[in-house]
Amino acid sequence: MKNVVLNNISKTYDNGMVQAVSDVSFHVNQGELFGLIGPDGAGKTSIFRILTTLLLPDGGSASVNGLDVVENYKTIRKNVGYMPGKFSLYQDLTVQENLNFFATIFNTSVKENYDLIKDIYVQLEPFKDRRAGKLSGGMKQKLALCCALIHRPTVLFLDEPTTGVDVVSRKEFWDMLKRLKQQGITILVSTPYMDEATLCERIALIQTGSIMSIDTPENIITQFPENLFAVRSDNMGNLLHDLKKAKIIKSCNAFGAYHHVTFRDVSPEVKEKLIRVLEEKKHTNIELKPVTPTIEDCFIYLMEK
Amino acid sequence: MDTVIHTNKLTKRFGDFIAANEITFDVYRGEIFGFLGANGAGKTTAMRMLCGLSTPSSGTATIAGFDIYKQAEEIKKNIGYMSQKFSLYEDLTVLENIRFFGGIYGLSDRQLKEKSEQLIETLGMKSEVKKMVGSLPLGWKQKLSFSVAILHEPKIVFLDEPTGGVDPVTRRQFWDLIYEAVDSGITVFVTTHYMDEAEYCNRISMMVDGEIKALDTPAKLKQQYSVTSMDEVFYELARGAKRSE
Amino acid sequence: MNNISIFIQKEFLHVFRDRKTLLMLFGLPIVQIILFGFALTNEIKNAKIVVCDYAKDAASQQIIEKLKASQQFEIQNILLNHKQIEATFKEGKIKMAVVFPANFNNDLLHQNKTQVQLITDASDPNTATTISGYASQIIMDYRNELMQLQDLPYQIDTEMRMIYNPELKAAVNFVPGVMSLILLLVCVLMTSVAIVKEKEMGTMEILLVSPFNPFLVIVSKAVPYLALSLINLTIILLLSVFVLGMPINGSVLLLYAVSTLFIMTALSLGLLISNSTASQQAAMLISLMGMLVPSILFTGFMFPLENMPYPLQLVSHIIPAKWYYIIVKSIMVKGLGFSAIWKETLVLFGMTLLLLVVNIKKFKIRLT
Repeated sequence: MKNVVLNNISKTYDNGMVQAVSDVSFHVNQGELFGLIGPDGAGKTSIFRILTTLLLPDGGSASVNGLDVVENYKTIRKNVGYMPGKFSLYQDLTVQENLNFFATIFNTSVKENYDLIKDIYVQLEPFKDRRAGKLSGGMKQKLALCCALIHRPTVLFLDEPTTGVDVVSRKEFWDMLKRLKQQGITILVSTPYMDEATLCERIALIQTGSIMSIDTPENIITQFPENLFAVRSDNMGNLLHDLKKAKIIKSCNAFGAYHHVTFRDVSPEVKEKLIRVLEEKKHTNIELKPVTPTIEDCFIYLMEK
Repeated sequence: MDTVIHTNKLTKRFGDFIAANEITFDVYRGEIFGFLGANGAGKTTAMRMLCGLSTPSSGTATIAGFDIYKQAEEIKKNIGYMSQKFSLYEDLTVLENIRFFGGIYGLSDRQLKEKSEQLIETLGMKSEVKKMVGSLPLGWKQKLSFSVAILHEPKIVFLDEPTGGVDPVTRRQFWDLIYEAVDSGITVFVTTHYMDEAEYCNRISMMVDGEIKALDTPAKLKQQYSVTSMDEVFYELARGAKRSE
Repeated sequence: MNNISIFIQKEFLHVFRDRKTLLMLFGLPIVQIILFGFALTNEIKNAKIVVCDYAKDAASQQIIEKLKASQQFEIQNILLNHKQIEATFKEGKIKMAVVFPANFNNDLLHQNKTQVQLITDASDPNTATTISGYASQIIMDYRNELMQLQDLPYQIDTEMRMIYNPELKAAVNFVPGVMSLILLLVCVLMTSVAIVKEKEMGTMEILLVSPFNPFLVIVSKAVPYLALSLINLTIILLLSVFVLGMPINGSVLLLYAVSTLFIMTALSLGLLISNSTASQQAAMLISLMGMLVPSILFTGFMFPLENMPYPLQLVSHIIPAKWYYIIVKSIMVKGLGFSAIWKETLVLFGMTLLLLVVNIKKFKIRLT
């Protein structure tokens, strides 16, 4: 079953001056962990707001649990959980007060669905009388997730839950999502961090309001059409410069400890050719090896296509 | 080597809470220095002290040769600062922003004119000069605000998560700008959440619970923790953190 | 119903946790009442007065000397007749005229009874009452001295005459005035800011995505401020009765009933502002400049409406506080019943209804 369906959704702001979302279509299956991957301003938040019935699309149609987001907004609001990008709880209320409040607003009680949030809530328990505004970033995020889950939603919308959060907290958060998925909740999550894409079952890569690719992360990586190589030497700055100028190089991007390159020519001797070129430029400790593309490689490739 | 930032046991207390605890390190001229740490590790506190925005509780430091206690004004003239949160005025045009920030750093009209033309040329923003900054894509804003931060040719530029949320292509273009700045002799002090960017730094410091727990080149750090990526180095170090934000 | 009650509960928590605002809310009426009640009627020194002495005898001269010697007065002129008094008042140079009738001393000595007239410019009512009080005190002192010398029941009546504002409205003016201002402040400003805050914080997004009826969000927001306003109202009334000694002549119940109506008017205004603004600053600015300032200007308790040009008088009709002010004065001061205020009440009711309809039409169930 398809829990979330978008058909040719478009959204503009400022009387059509700014095109935030253009002609976006995709669906999310029941119980799936689906990632919307793209930088700020790609249109992720607009899509989330349309799906959570907060915004009206300018064109196209969308449904959640088979209900139209415009016509049946009231029913949808009863059955979805939403965690906006900005921390959106009451900073002057305590952890417990926030949780009780949101439970009651959704016509339920903390007790009724405690089993769903138990794993997360036990970490918050020591701070239950602390005001939400005084919590650490990671704790705030956990509380927000608890509040979004408290009414046992069938679909969970998480808009950039890990933005600005450090590596350790991000890892913990994704572990929590995996556990929730096992409970059968459909999860749509957005993130600007490309490395988080592989943690989703299927992803959509989005840039300037348009979807560039939708598939499983593995398939998107296999679809990368070129042979990708990683290069390094002792002087990475100059290396990048020299690679960009080399005629046999088609594309070249810095990727942490290595630069990722593709060649114009697929003949087996291009590798030796490149090493010769780099040696001429006085590079030392040159290393050149084939690598599997990452989602970020694919994203850059699709952006530049 | 020329030292542009020198700190010795720099400490900041807020009541009982020690936000930054006896931080000691040097940053050399022309270096890209990565300043990493988990949320709440004390990065922002430390950076504020280095920029002359907050007075340390104890310890000493010199920035661009100026004393952090007595010469805060001199320090401010010799550094540039850019953060993800505040960069430029959204309701002013590109040119107005350049003029304004150039102006507050005391550039003359002639310098301003020259510099702004040159900057717009390099960024390829000729057709956007009269547009409101608010209407530009995020990536352009960040590139523009970096260029504005180094308009007065500071000795050091402090970058606080300059590439957060920026697309992968623009993120790399941004680093090209950083390399250019380094080539012109500017020292770069940068914080980031992207671990691949940590690799682009000459040296990395890792803050955990208000203290600097590790400081070395990315290669040596990876070697030290016997891991293959900076991601893992970060994870190894931050995992034991007791406090967060 | 359960969720409305938890919503209202939450609003009260917000209100009680913001100690500074709470303090300001309850401190404000107290400070205002005390300011208007006491600070403004402070001691007056060197008030310029004129004397019109028809008697020119020993007693009148002695009193004039006493007035001269006091720190409160500075005698500008000794005038010859009443007409000159009028002219000097119009020039605005003097605060009071003291008139001694012919045969002042004679009447006092032979009939043991005489009169002094004190004419004050009551367009500044506080000053007028204060200085005429000083003057009669000095005259009484003179009488007492006389009585100590000769044990006779001398009597000097001081006849007070207020010109320009014969009713001497001051005391009864500011209590209803402060009431309407405080209620406006709490209901318009606090409500609009409280709702816009939810928008700014992003919590409105979550509330809208919940099954909670969005219109109830706003109704629940209004409840604590209604309660706060009624408490404030009580504080003001208690202060005015027990501290300023201004009694409530009409029905207290009626007063609370119309006040609740006015609070509803103000709450709907607050809603309208919050519906049309996106930031707390904008809401605050509109509330202050768009509501509070016109209310101060056009209610009539600081600047008499009768003296305003006709077009401005017309403007005053659309200010809800003006109607409330009239109602409160009628009930508190004149002790009138509902039959006397039904027109004004109807106007307020109509305004509230109109505002509510506009609010419902404008209310957004989505973000924009």
